[in-house]
Amino acid sequence: MPLEYPKETPSQTAGPFVHIGMMPRVAGFEVFETELGQVPAAEGVPGTRITIEGRVLDGTGTPIKDALLEIWHADAEGRYAHPEDPRVNEVHEGFTGFGRCHTDLDTGTFTIETIKPGVIPGRHARPQAPHLNIWIVARGINIGLHTRMYFPDEENDDDPLLGMVEHLHRRATLVASATGENAYRFDIHLQGPQETVFLDI
Amino acid sequence: MTAEYFQRDRRWHPPAYTPDYKTTVARSPNLPLLSVENSLSEITGPTFSHAGLGPLDHDLIRNFTGEEAIGERTIVHGRVLDQNGRPVKGALLEVWQANAGGRYRHKKDGYLAPVDPNFGGCGRCLTDEDGYYFFRTVKPGAYPFRSFSNSWRMAHIHFSIFGAGMTQRLITQMYFEGDPLRAQDPIANTVPDQAAIDRLVAPLDLEASVPLDSLAYRFDIVLRGRRQTMFENKLEGA
Repeated sequence: MPLEYPKETPSQTAGPFVHIGMMPRVAGFEVFETELGQVPAAEGVPGTRITIEGRVLDGTGTPIKDALLEIWHADAEGRYAHPEDPRVNEVHEGFTGFGRCHTDLDTGTFTIETIKPGVIPGRHARPQAPHLNIWIVARGINIGLHTRMYFPDEENDDDPLLGMVEHLHRRATLVASATGENAYRFDIHLQGPQETVFLDI
Repeated sequence: MTAEYFQRDRRWHPPAYTPDYKTTVARSPNLPLLSVENSLSEITGPTFSHAGLGPLDHDLIRNFTGEEAIGERTIVHGRVLDQNGRPVKGALLEVWQANAGGRYRHKKDGYLAPVDPNFGGCGRCLTDEDGYYFFRTVKPGAYPFRSFSNSWRMAHIHFSIFGAGMTQRLITQMYFEGDPLRAQDPIANTVPDQAAIDRLVAPLDLEASVPLDSLAYRFDIVLRGRRQTMFENKLEGA
């Protein structure tokens, strides 16, 4: 008999009413005093304020209006607000790096406001270009999709993850476009010719 | 300290493309996922404390208006462990569900069953030192949905779980022992292996019930295990 570890609990879709549990105001009611993930970086946290807008499109090119996205990112010095980051004690109070947003029920657009992350330590002393980690759930997505968003105005050529994307033109699916000063656009294509690179982390 | 996680078994989880659950057809990536070694970006993730939670957040019977919701009074409890059998402490669990009649409190739910004025349908809590959690709620009703012309969801509670880092992030659904709708539920059956679906079915736990008050169901959750890296590959900066 091969050695067996207990299996992970299997994933299931978040369904169309995911907002009830994770952003109840979007479902149309209030119950919690604070909803989580609404302030990734409080006022006064050092760093450049940025806004990201985007859509999540299905295989027919239609924006989906019931997706929920979670954003996890480092601070302007590339530090995560997490006990396993050795520089966690230097992270400014008021910085969580955790954001939660949804695609609008009418327009399908999501918006994130936070600060721009710095260069993040990577494996084997290879720095990682600034990026946001993004996790997407929705009706019709059986297991949450991980991806990253990189910035068009940064040095991305030596990033270890982008370097692993074999089809060179697909690297662009992970890089946002600039739409103004400190404003970016990032569309996520679930399927089709412009399909975003999704990760098995 | 180096920490990496066991590879996720994507033959155990539901695949992205499961045509009997029709919405997956246009929402499933066609190209393979890019497998990446864990860096600090993956092994970290948001952390939560009791300071962010309210005193009734885990009590769905009363947390909406303070009055009691209508339905089968039910305790849902269990432990969150990793694949090494270690408790996951401080894990944030968020739950959401329909009311006793299968109606969700959501502006996009048009099902004809009425909302319960005293039931919101969401709750959250943190696991304790032993990975233990509990909620109090009413058992949700079955719910029709547009898949085939006569498809119904088994009674279910949605669970969102934050473990130690983004690698352990999980959303799933809990079902109730003995539900006769199981065989026809296209969403439960996106999971390919019946033994894996069994893991989502919470057994009745009469010993944990409160006599003359509430029934109880037991739902244990397993998150990915952490690897001991014995020889090499220390994460830079970790």
